[in-house]
Amino acid sequence: MALLEVKNLSISFGGLRAVDDFNVSIEKGQLYGLIGPNGAGKTTVFNLLTGVYQPDEGFIHLDGEDITRLKTIEINQAGIARTFQNIRLFKELSVLDNVKVGLHNKYHYSTVEGLLRLPRYFQMEKKMDERAMELLKVFDLDGEADYLASNLPYGKQRKLEIARALATDPKLLLLDEPAAGMNPNETKELMETIRFVRDHFDMTILLIEHDMKLVAGICEELTVLNFGKILTQGKTSDVLHDPEVITAYLGE
Amino acid sequence: MKNRNIPKKLQDNLITIGIVVVCYILVMILSATGLLSNLLQGLLVPLCAYIILAVSLNLTVGILGELSLGHAGFMCVGAFTSAFFSKCMENTITFAPVRFFLALLIGGLCAALIGFLIGMPVLRLKGDYLAIVTLAFGEIIKNIMNVLFIGRDSHGFHFSMKDSLSLGLEEGGDVIINGAQGITGTPKDSNFTIGVILIVLTLLIVLNLINSRDGRAIMSIRDNLIASESIGIHITKYKLMAFTISAALAGIAGVLYSHNLNSLMATPKNFGYNMSIMILVFVVLGGIGNIRGSVIAAVILTLLPELLRGLNDYRMLIYSIVLIVMMLYNWAPNMIALRKKAANRFGRKKEVA
Repeated sequence: MALLEVKNLSISFGGLRAVDDFNVSIEKGQLYGLIGPNGAGKTTVFNLLTGVYQPDEGFIHLDGEDITRLKTIEINQAGIARTFQNIRLFKELSVLDNVKVGLHNKYHYSTVEGLLRLPRYFQMEKKMDERAMELLKVFDLDGEADYLASNLPYGKQRKLEIARALATDPKLLLLDEPAAGMNPNETKELMETIRFVRDHFDMTILLIEHDMKLVAGICEELTVLNFGKILTQGKTSDVLHDPEVITAYLGE
Repeated sequence: MKNRNIPKKLQDNLITIGIVVVCYILVMILSATGLLSNLLQGLLVPLCAYIILAVSLNLTVGILGELSLGHAGFMCVGAFTSAFFSKCMENTITFAPVRFFLALLIGGLCAALIGFLIGMPVLRLKGDYLAIVTLAFGEIIKNIMNVLFIGRDSHGFHFSMKDSLSLGLEEGGDVIINGAQGITGTPKDSNFTIGVILIVLTLLIVLNLINSRDGRAIMSIRDNLIASESIGIHITKYKLMAFTISAALAGIAGVLYSHNLNSLMATPKNFGYNMSIMILVFVVLGGIGNIRGSVIAAVILTLLPELLRGLNDYRMLIYSIVLIVMMLYNWAPNMIALRKKAANRFGRKKEVA
């Protein structure tokens, strides 16, 4: 049984069929890539998976559970976390607090306990701090824990976004163009990080990427989208040598 | 780079509360030695109310990141409900501290309820809708208070929106809320000491909220709504929480304010648009999201016009100029660059030393 099972997913905006009959099946622990030319509908697929848009047709199953048409919050609680193409950090919060917001639903104390600073507040805050620092350490961000998120260099902001997504303890991690705007060195480092996240957290990862080196380097399987439709699907090496894919990217 | 770790946060909060306590002691010494003019003494309790208002509005504007232009409306709700309660209970509960405590609860809860009811539909919307609705709300509350008549006699309460005669009170019954004349003879239960205690409580509530799980959720919504939704933060719940607490604290400021006045009237000056804007000026001048700044700005901007009484006619003019200057200081690209340069120079000097 696949971890993520998507069938016949479709959505139209006005007359435009942005995603048409999208199917994918991702096994637990897989590193899966979603590629395609600009405007192919990749981010729309992410937005459908995370409940930002409601699909016109089709269903999404996560770990055997039907999560079609759930709200974004419910989908996160069901176990999907994501990062964004244009980084969306909490800029005025510290690096540590960014991750602690991600831990929000994992550690509870009531508002009153927080306002009156009752013992549970200190217990839970301590646990949150420890857990957050653990995550930051994984991404080599623990030295910058007290910085404002907006003061981090670009590559580290990308990493912090992944750390924050992981804080929600997801089953499936969606990365939207994680290497966008990175130089070759940073991209190489990112590849290591992504692979490490998969192994260390036993995570299933679906990523959108334009950087073919990264895709070829870490993705095990690929789906290629073009004009909202699946062009081809399969093992990375097969897909990348598919003449149809090359045509879609480079033109005739 | 700005450092923000937990001990430093705690230290920051203690400094803020320390400033308030030190100011309180100074004022007490001044007033004991008779150095404080009557005018200033009369200003102390309203000043406390303004500080609470500024801090509570900063919760909405700075921490939640929503613009509210009707904060005086919540103050008005708190002031009138509590004054009504105290006037009714003046002879039933004769022990003033208990009566005032209950008045605080009632004023705060009523303002919170109204805040909750207004926030529920409006906070779901994005953009400037909240500013528009709160602006209207402040004016509506003020105008309702101007036409509201409530009286009491042996049959119980009478209510009218026309005039005091149409209440149909029997002989010996008294009018409690008398339309535009408001409530007269509210027991004078509040004083400067109570005001300062309430300021400290407000600061504790707001600062503790900011540095907690809920506060982080609220600030994450301010910084990036889409991202905070994607990691499972309940947007509407936390927006409502911040807005309701902010309204409740404004209500408490209203209680403090009303129990210092012999006659409480809803005029544009004390509960109208001008007042809402004045509180917003405190918040903007003190720095949006900066709680200590709100306290300091409220003190300076309340005392300055009173100390320069000759300039009082130009008060609103000065406010508008100050607002424009602050806007330029905070947002103009040239000014931002200049500030960064200054900060760098300052920072380097510090390193050398």
